Amino acid sequence: MKIGVVVNEGPYTHQAADSAYRFVKAALEKGHEVSRVFFYHDGVNVATRLTIPPQDERHIQKNWSALATEHGVDLVVCIAAAQRRGILDANEANRQGKDADNLAEGFRISGLGQLIEMGVQTDRLVVFGD
Amino acid sequence: MADTKKFLYVNRKAPYGTIYALESLEVVLIGAAFEQDVSLAFLDDGVFQLTKGQKTDGIGMKNFSATFRALGDYDVNKFYVEKESLEERGLTEADLQEITYEDENDDWAEKPSIRFVTRAEMADIMSEQDVVLSF
Repeated sequence: MKIGVVVNEGPYTHQAADSAYRFVKAALEKGHEVSRVFFYHDGVNVATRLTIPPQDERHIQKNWSALATEHGVDLVVCIAAAQRRGILDANEANRQGKDADNLAEGFRISGLGQLIEMGVQTDRLVVFGD
Repeated sequence: MADTKKFLYVNRKAPYGTIYALESLEVVLIGAAFEQDVSLAFLDDGVFQLTKGQKTDGIGMKNFSATFRALGDYDVNKFYVEKESLEERGLTEADLQEITYEDENDDWAEKPSIRFVTRAEMADIMSEQDVVLSF
């Protein structure tokens, strides 16, 4: 089955990003295709590579980045939501005249159209949120 | 479009205390370009999103309530409002702004976009959808 996933809450404050991660891993292990994960609302905060959780805690951003590099899952961060919350890739930082960028490996920034497209193209869309 | 699906956007939060309502509306606006069969549901505190006479000057936030009235121009004209949620909050149908669309299949007659449904009917509406995005 072709599955799309939406993450609507930020890391550590809320379990949604953890639950979504476990769901995606389980789905892949069962042989399903997870074609895309879309990060929206505070969910975009998962994508900052500047996250430094205590060493004995899970690293949510790195967990997701590993899913992208190891399984080719397309991790898309909404550009409008990201810009509100200070999540920028190098291109966007340059375009906006900012002196830093913070998008983690495996994530890409794109528009809300990617969310709708995912809804159209997948068999199931699963939303993780509040 | 070959790939037309039934999309339902479920709005459950009041308009300004959190960003969900505004960012949900942004998805609806972008999604309108994809020519899908779109419906909006308003339940729980989400019914406050459609109240008339919203004034946001005092809280320094953009009043986006007028945007709902523009959605008819994008063929987004099925607004399902849950009756029980209104009643539980002391609201009546008269507290909501008037939202209309022009029906292209009926000589562009102006018709109301808001349809009031019971909780049980809302459950049926949800079960008929292909994609449910909850905010």
